[in-house]
Amino acid sequence: MGKTLFDKIWDAHVVQNVADGPTQLYIDRLYMHEVTSPQAFDTLREKGVSVLRPQQIVAMPDHNTPSDQQECIPDAVGRKQVETLKRNCEEFGIRHFDMFSRDNGIIHVVGPEKALSLPGMTIVCGDSHTSTHGAVGAIAMGIGTSEVAQVLASQCILQQKPRTMRINIEGTLPQGTTAKDVALYIMAQMTTSGATGYAVEYAGSVVRSMSMEGRLTLSNLSIEMGSRAGLIAPDEVTFEYLRGREYAPEGDAWDRAEEQWRQLRSDDDAVFDKEVSFRGEDIAPRITYGTNPGAGIAVDGQIPTLEEVSGEQRPQLLSQLDYMQFRPGQRLQGTPVDYVFLGACTNGRIEDFRAFASIVRGRRKAANVVAWLVPGSWQVRRQIVAEGIDKILAEAGFELRLPSCSACLAMNADKVPAGKLCLSTSNRNFVGRQGPGARTILASPLTVAASAVTGVITDPREML
Amino acid sequence: MNKEIKEVRSTCIPIRIDNCNTDLIIPARYLSTTTRDPQFFGDAFMHDLRFDGEGQPVQDFVMNRMPFSEAPREGVNQIIVAGQNWGSGSSREHAAWAIAGYGVRVVISSSFADIHRNNLLNCFVLPVVVSEAFQQELFASIAADAKTQVVVDLEKQTVENTATGHREQFPINSYKKYCLLHGYDDIDFLLENKDKIISFEEQRSDK
Repeated sequence: MGKTLFDKIWDAHVVQNVADGPTQLYIDRLYMHEVTSPQAFDTLREKGVSVLRPQQIVAMPDHNTPSDQQECIPDAVGRKQVETLKRNCEEFGIRHFDMFSRDNGIIHVVGPEKALSLPGMTIVCGDSHTSTHGAVGAIAMGIGTSEVAQVLASQCILQQKPRTMRINIEGTLPQGTTAKDVALYIMAQMTTSGATGYAVEYAGSVVRSMSMEGRLTLSNLSIEMGSRAGLIAPDEVTFEYLRGREYAPEGDAWDRAEEQWRQLRSDDDAVFDKEVSFRGEDIAPRITYGTNPGAGIAVDGQIPTLEEVSGEQRPQLLSQLDYMQFRPGQRLQGTPVDYVFLGACTNGRIEDFRAFASIVRGRRKAANVVAWLVPGSWQVRRQIVAEGIDKILAEAGFELRLPSCSACLAMNADKVPAGKLCLSTSNRNFVGRQGPGARTILASPLTVAASAVTGVITDPREML
Repeated sequence: MNKEIKEVRSTCIPIRIDNCNTDLIIPARYLSTTTRDPQFFGDAFMHDLRFDGEGQPVQDFVMNRMPFSEAPREGVNQIIVAGQNWGSGSSREHAAWAIAGYGVRVVISSSFADIHRNNLLNCFVLPVVVSEAFQQELFASIAADAKTQVVVDLEKQTVENTATGHREQFPINSYKKYCLLHGYDDIDFLLENKDKIISFEEQRSDK
């Protein structure tokens, strides 16, 4: 029987299988940020052990980073956390991309764009959106801080092997439908726990024809249906994206690597524990209406009515809508928006800014909307400027901010005030996620752009 | 931190929320700290459901109602009975620290998110997966009698609702069971297996 892509990479990293226990899995790349690492370094000190393979580790602050000024973090606790990461990296000899330096950005944007994440790797980080890196054809998983300490000390983690699931998306996407919409659509079908216990491989013609940026968005959102890892087999798109980037192999080393990477695909006779299929043609631009990412509808659709959901789901629907200040059966198109957020590890890449600019070019930001446009990295920001996108944004009344996780999770100054409605390209619409009482609707950069211009929730297909 | 778990016999706090994510278990603003102070994280546990914007207790939230508001101690409120898909979302281990810091030793649910489940185990809090029928019956038992005791026996891998006498087996692999019974950390296991890591690296570079 053939092997799945996941099995091939997993099997190549098994140090040992513990009897009636987990697998000791070798980790090629550990990423660290300031939030989930300080206590891991403390564990090393308590145990009196050093970092086994510092050269395989890359660290950078991103969660606390301010997006509005390049001076310092106003919050003393957050500032200390960022300084602690820097000090720990110096002490243990770990590569560190300092705040505001040209290499800095959100880890899940920086890793792939510098080719620090490569096909066939095992990649972990104390962050659930580590699934992003799986788009290059790697096993990439979020872990907890105890596990971060384990990797620091041993370059290994102990993991139960997940089951495998393949999600096939065949056909073509309609105009105006992006990778973000595909992910939100799949999530709504699968629910937020539909892939718990599974590693997902995304396949099919829709995925094959996605750009690398789109694939990164798709893999990023795997965790929102419960899957720790979302893989995409590497192909010409992957190689074209990675070739020549800062940490990519060069010359002969590249040729040898590419030859190996071409083997990284699920065999034709590989059997998955579960397979599901969707049609690209069925997927319209999406928005969420509730307080989990699976609670979504087409942008021109309507929130389910009480009759449309089962009796046991009604209390949950009502409590979500109570928080969001929406009604069962309501259409959201035309609802006034207070804030828009373009950015995060989900949609903070150059293609997302191109998409946003394609809509707002020659138009004006609505007066009622506060807009936060936050590049995912300094490299993305430089490219925005190099392509003149910053001018298009400025002419339309938008300000470009500094790279940060920003308004995704209310850990820095970018918090949405209580009761305000934010249309956001980020990944979670949880209660209080963007600030206590903040109401979040998840959408694609196109939908966010269209709505930023009109000031109300708008179908981007009207403005393409 | 109290690490070893053998048997926990306690009343429960019913947190009947499905898909309760780790942002709810501990909001992101408590993540900026560099400490691991159990008290700090315990105080932040379910903070924004327990307290309103002015820091006043939200009276109708279960953790603010007697007897569930009593601080966990031997035999009292050491077990949480949770809705399905407990701990989804962010990988923040701070959520497990909050649960442990509050004084909880066991979380019972019909399903857990993968990363959070590992984090609980690494923090010596036992995640107990039960059938939905058992979970719903337990919620009903607690609703009828808030003093309902549950007995979790890790050695036998059983969980019992003493109100009905119903008992279920729960899964845990032998390795993790050993860790919890003996207060043994994964990192110690890995450090003891360093020779295997080095030889794995050598074999790989030979290829």
